[in-house]
Amino acid sequence: MGKVNLTLLLAAVAIVIIIAIALIFPLERLGQLYSLLLIFGGLVALLLRSIFAKEVDRRIIFLFIFVAVAAPLLFPITFSEKPTAVVKAVFDRVESLPPGSTVLLSFDFDPAMAPEVQPMANAISRHCLKKGHKVIFMSLWATGQALLTQSLTNTILPEFPEKQDGIDYVNIGYKAGNEGVLNVIVSNFEKMFPTDVNSVPLGEIEIFDDIRSCRDLDFIVSFGGGLPGSKEWVLFVGDPGGVDVAAGVAAVVAPQLYPYYPAQLVGILGGVKGAAEYEFSLKETYPDLKDMDTPGLKMMGPQTLAHIVIISFIVIGNIIYFRGRRKEKGQ
Amino acid sequence: MKLSVFLFVLLLSISISAQDEPSDTDPAIIVPDSELVVVAPVTSLIAEDHKYDKGDHIDLSWVPSIDDQLLDGTVIGYKLYRSANGGEPVLVEEFPPGTNAFTDDGVYSDSTYSYFIAALSENYAAESNRTAPIAPEVEWLNLHRGWLFLIALIVGGSVLLFINAAKRGTKLFVRKIAGLEAVDDAVGRATEMGRPILFIPGIRDMDDVQTLAGLTILGRVARVIADYDTRIFMPTSRSLVMTAGRETVKAAYTAAGRPDKYNDDMVTYYTDEQFGYVAAVDGVMVREKPATVFLLGAFFAESLILAETGNSIGAIQIAGTARPAQLPFFIAACDFTLIGEELFAASAYLSGEPMQLGSLKGQDVGKAIAMLAILVGVFSATVGLAWDIEFFNDIVEYLSDVFSAR
Amino acid sequence: MRRAIPLTILAVVGTVLIVSVFLPPLENLGEDFTLFFDIIAVFAFFLGGGNLVRIHFNKLWRKRKDWGFSIVTLFGFFFMLVIGLLKIGNPGGIGADPTAEGSWFQETFNYVINPLQSTMYALLAFFVASASYRAFRAKNREATLLLLAAFIILLGRTPFGVMLTAWVPESWSIAQIPNLAVWIMNSPNLAGQRAIIIGIGLGVVSMSLRLILGIERSYLGEDRG
Repeated sequence: MGKVNLTLLLAAVAIVIIIAIALIFPLERLGQLYSLLLIFGGLVALLLRSIFAKEVDRRIIFLFIFVAVAAPLLFPITFSEKPTAVVKAVFDRVESLPPGSTVLLSFDFDPAMAPEVQPMANAISRHCLKKGHKVIFMSLWATGQALLTQSLTNTILPEFPEKQDGIDYVNIGYKAGNEGVLNVIVSNFEKMFPTDVNSVPLGEIEIFDDIRSCRDLDFIVSFGGGLPGSKEWVLFVGDPGGVDVAAGVAAVVAPQLYPYYPAQLVGILGGVKGAAEYEFSLKETYPDLKDMDTPGLKMMGPQTLAHIVIISFIVIGNIIYFRGRRKEKGQ
Repeated sequence: MKLSVFLFVLLLSISISAQDEPSDTDPAIIVPDSELVVVAPVTSLIAEDHKYDKGDHIDLSWVPSIDDQLLDGTVIGYKLYRSANGGEPVLVEEFPPGTNAFTDDGVYSDSTYSYFIAALSENYAAESNRTAPIAPEVEWLNLHRGWLFLIALIVGGSVLLFINAAKRGTKLFVRKIAGLEAVDDAVGRATEMGRPILFIPGIRDMDDVQTLAGLTILGRVARVIADYDTRIFMPTSRSLVMTAGRETVKAAYTAAGRPDKYNDDMVTYYTDEQFGYVAAVDGVMVREKPATVFLLGAFFAESLILAETGNSIGAIQIAGTARPAQLPFFIAACDFTLIGEELFAASAYLSGEPMQLGSLKGQDVGKAIAMLAILVGVFSATVGLAWDIEFFNDIVEYLSDVFSAR
Repeated sequence: MRRAIPLTILAVVGTVLIVSVFLPPLENLGEDFTLFFDIIAVFAFFLGGGNLVRIHFNKLWRKRKDWGFSIVTLFGFFFMLVIGLLKIGNPGGIGADPTAEGSWFQETFNYVINPLQSTMYALLAFFVASASYRAFRAKNREATLLLLAAFIILLGRTPFGVMLTAWVPESWSIAQIPNLAVWIMNSPNLAGQRAIIIGIGLGVVSMSLRLILGIERSYLGEDRG
């Protein structure tokens, strides 16, 4: 009987404490606090358990990753960024081009890569339009065109109602043929893209008055890490056409592009971190954009926590390994 | 009075509309002489045939206008005009100040062309002399790629040489590749456990040499499978790979003397869609629990999803790809991984045939060339940069010239 | 005969494509052959799609194990085919861009395919964690090096890494974790990648020669050349 009473008492105290904290802290802080407590408490418990050389079930790892990713999405935790040189190089290039320069942005990715790549594509599109550059949008991926339409109609254009189709920007859409498309547009756009997505002939679009081929462009950014992607833009357009190219790619592909930086690639935005750094630079340079949507910065919360969880599990794994070896030796 | 006002307005509007009308062939704009910003034309305009092309380029070079070369130059740009076969000149390209060369790629070898350039100020255009008519020539050999040709010849030649040597019975040493040594055991394990073998040839089409490499290994593996009478299942994400895979497996069963055991359902097509395919294959893994999984071909982001699922069902996994970004994932999640060139060497290695092994040996000559060039290049670049010695800088330049494919 | 024809086609096309690199008048041949290939691949889709439909109809008909999934597959296949071909709901009508906003095709893409693809891709986050938990163990010297590099890269990609070494003076900025991460990617990682890429290039040369010369015939089911 006394045991039950004690449990009830403890439960009541716990509920009072939880309610008290809930009253003191706003919901967002509360969510952050509880999820962090959950993650780090759990990790410490697993760490202690690892001393007995007990392996962790993969489902427990999955659970931790789930909480580490979901919690900061529900209760955003944001960090300040320090742009690395590879990202700053791209930002500075867009910034230093004189207004009215023509920039081509190619959306070469699919929905799977979109969470990583679309934020940076949106940020750079925004930056170019803000600077007054003329922007040509296109895609080498069939699925990229739909995402491009999505970016333009939902995110970019509503922020720039004064920009006119054909004068300030144009969407020439997707063309099948992978590297073959690049091989042609390096010397002639019209041959591959006779019209834009709205079936307006290229000859009637003001942006293309001075642009015959990729050689006439001032800057190209290719988003996406698949094939064809940034590497193909360098090999088939950047190098032969003498145009500056930058890349925005999924984090897993970034290491493959380092051989091209800085000689053949102006800079590289790798994954969510690259997007976050770019968004941070953009907000810092243009205070009036402080309210813009920054998915890159927001996603750094989940990324940071997930990395910490992974690092902790690597440590736990090693403790288990060494304890296990000692046990074997002892036997 | 009214009439004169009307006439004045009429004249004014005509003159305004004349100003508005830009003309490509006569860019001079009507303005009072006193306000004209006169600039000097470009000089020494030369048009030359572009070397080593199929007759579709002409190289142009010129000395910019004097007014462009001055510090506060009044030249705002240039316009290049071309006339084909003595016809009307048309605008080819516009350039910013300071430009002095251009390659025209809009020409054909069966016509003659002459060019002139207009140097532009804000309201004046000074035309240069016209070039003599020139017809671009078709060259049959691209000597710019002479070095590439030579290297290709040496590497290709040494592959052939070693194949020949092997044919004549020379013993060739090829190092052991653990992943390939394990193939027989992996198939044997599936036989013992009575579970199927899953063969995934990557997600690219037949035009990717990695897919081909996967299929050549499939040929060998299917032969062992047919011998052991184990089940094989090969889901593909390309229709052509499905067709080719069926031929390969069928031929292997026939060669093993068991054509009756083969059926078309062993090799099926799911979808070209990357993650749709992964979902389907993961489903097969979880439901059928294959004892052995081969992942050989071109893989992208799906590599780890497939390999971890395979690991979770306790299958022995032999993976191989030439996509460097995916190698770490395979190494972390699979039992054996064929790294890059090992994937291409696998079929030759498994065959144990001297001629095939000879071709692997030929690669080593290519590696020796690469190593030598890297050593010389790194040494020269370091010494050249540290002490600024021209001789070594020249070596670096020469080497990068030799190894550039353009 | 059945083997001679594909071997001859392979030998001729392979040789012509190699030679075309050095002969300017033939330089577009590579593109043309790629185009031919794309056309053939499109027609081959009838084989693949037909096979898919046949297998699943069969499974459904005979009520084999898991036949319920076949209904989903067949429904998805025909649904997308019909709304894509007939451009149902497309504001521009039958001649318009199939991915125009508002068309059923685009809506299905946005609200079904898009989340499904993202979900599959998102599995990577979980699998990366479980794979690195298993793989990164300091079993020997090489594995320990790998482990250290992984630590630095993981930390370097987070603001946590910036905070950890913010105290390091600017003159020693290379020792700051984010810069150290960039250095690892840019130097040791790059050197290794390049070595692998050179090996791959040579492997492709040797393999292509074997195929062109007809020495490698295992994909045709033959053991010997």
